[in-house]
Amino acid sequence: MTAPAIETQNLTKEYPHGFLHLKRKTSLENLTMQVEDGEVFGFLGPNGAGKSTTIKLLMGIIFPTAGSAQILGKPVSDVSMHRDIGYLPEQPYFYDYLTAAEVLDYFARFHGFSAAERRERVQKMLQRVGLETVGKIHLRKFSKGMLQRVGLAQAILHDPKLVILDEPMSGLDPVGRREVRDIILDLKNAGTTILFSTHILSDAETLCDRVGVIAGGQLRGVGEPGSIVGVKSLGMEIVFELTGSGPQFETLRERAAKSGTNLRMTASETELYAVLAELREAGAKIISVTQIKPTLEDFFMELVGRDRARAAAIEVTGQ
Amino acid sequence: MSRILIVARNTFREAVRDRVLYNLVFFALLMIASAVIVGQISMDIETVVMVSLGLSAISLIGLLIAVFTGVGLVSKEIDKRTLHALLAKPLHRWEFLVGKFTGLVLTLTVNTAAMAAGLFLAMWFVKHSIGRGDAMVLVAVYFILLKLTLVVALAMMFSCFTSPLLAILFTAGLYLAGLFVAQLRTLQNTQMSPHTQKFLSILSYLLPNFANYDLMGAAAHGRAISRILILHNTLYTALYCAIVLSVAAVIFSRKDLK
Repeated sequence: MTAPAIETQNLTKEYPHGFLHLKRKTSLENLTMQVEDGEVFGFLGPNGAGKSTTIKLLMGIIFPTAGSAQILGKPVSDVSMHRDIGYLPEQPYFYDYLTAAEVLDYFARFHGFSAAERRERVQKMLQRVGLETVGKIHLRKFSKGMLQRVGLAQAILHDPKLVILDEPMSGLDPVGRREVRDIILDLKNAGTTILFSTHILSDAETLCDRVGVIAGGQLRGVGEPGSIVGVKSLGMEIVFELTGSGPQFETLRERAAKSGTNLRMTASETELYAVLAELREAGAKIISVTQIKPTLEDFFMELVGRDRARAAAIEVTGQ
Repeated sequence: MSRILIVARNTFREAVRDRVLYNLVFFALLMIASAVIVGQISMDIETVVMVSLGLSAISLIGLLIAVFTGVGLVSKEIDKRTLHALLAKPLHRWEFLVGKFTGLVLTLTVNTAAMAAGLFLAMWFVKHSIGRGDAMVLVAVYFILLKLTLVVALAMMFSCFTSPLLAILFTAGLYLAGLFVAQLRTLQNTQMSPHTQKFLSILSYLLPNFANYDLMGAAAHGRAISRILILHNTLYTALYCAIVLSVAAVIFSRKDLK
């Protein structure tokens, strides 16, 4: 049996604060979780929930107050396992006096690649993240989205076994987000273990085998995305077109809301078939039927309670 | 070792692409050139005045680069978070520190060599010859480089646990205190309590002795500098830097990065 790709036991991080640093603020509390080998694990939570703190602890950027963590069976303090890890920091920033190709070449050197191998890998990566035409431009001229792509390229340059991505979609336009999603799916198909943090629920739903939900520094739940969010379906949304007239149509129009040239109606899951039958009888053209899922905010309010979620968000963002 | 050199190479490349450094070196060369003019109006002691002013310019500009760049080496990487991606590579924090230190010392070596070349050019312009006696100027330049190396190590150490501004103040303060180590030792002869004398004695040996590196007068007058002193200063710098960098590495290896 292989060891989990990531394993944490009661991982806790407290920060001193106040004028004399005598008070302590807990950023992460007793985090115990596992990310299995080969899975895509989404780390979900509102801003300031403790996602980045966890990732920084795993990468040895900060040190735990208590608890421990292992990556690929080794303690996180063992730098040698960084050979098998790729990491994209949140809002990555690189040496702006270097070009994209130079930055990638610089990072590739730490993995001991030969000059020819580095050249080949850098070109391949620039192409993969869509920066092949700007490889020789200094990073000081790059937009936030382009830096994010450079960050992704340096994280996967050396074919790591485990990739940790902190808010990988941040700063990207829709095309960029789609490309990053495709890269994550490619990595998944290649058997790479991926942990990524996000506060965007749809990203997690599309990509993850499992998600962990964190709020106020505490892990609130772990499971498949559908099992966590799907249970709390808010009902069904039906979009339809109604061309006829008469009292039956007017009743339907009154019950529905206008959505462009179409009409939109919501119904509970149990009522769905009855409503659809009613619409069909009236000759309505059904455009779409979609499950209404809660937003992440709705989900958190449900999970941790409105007051606690608000308090957690204020506490952590106030750090 | 190779990982240290990778960081050092990049630090050197950063310096090469930084226009501020070129401006500083240009300013030093300008000072050396003006030393020629000042030398010409100094009756019979043109070379002495020129060499003194030239070496002072090299020392001053070198110190500015060593302190400000030395402090920024680590703090800038922490502030801009460029360290986050770098520390995710198979690189120990102490390797990063030593690599940064090596890169800046290499930069200072090239800068100091460029400024020294300017000084020798100025000397040739005034004397129309460069003799064996002028080799002492080279030794003085070497001592300046040793001094700058130690300043870089101190600046890096302070920047590992305090803000850049305080690190600059601490480094500058320690440098100034280090210039008066000899006076601190002679102070013990005056009427003081034994405890104070003991404290000052220990302090005078703990402080970096920057006065040891000052050979501008001897070089300007072409006086011989003993090989023992060269060896002593070289070993002193190596040992002091090793201790300071070890302390910096211990502090930095436990530091939470923001």
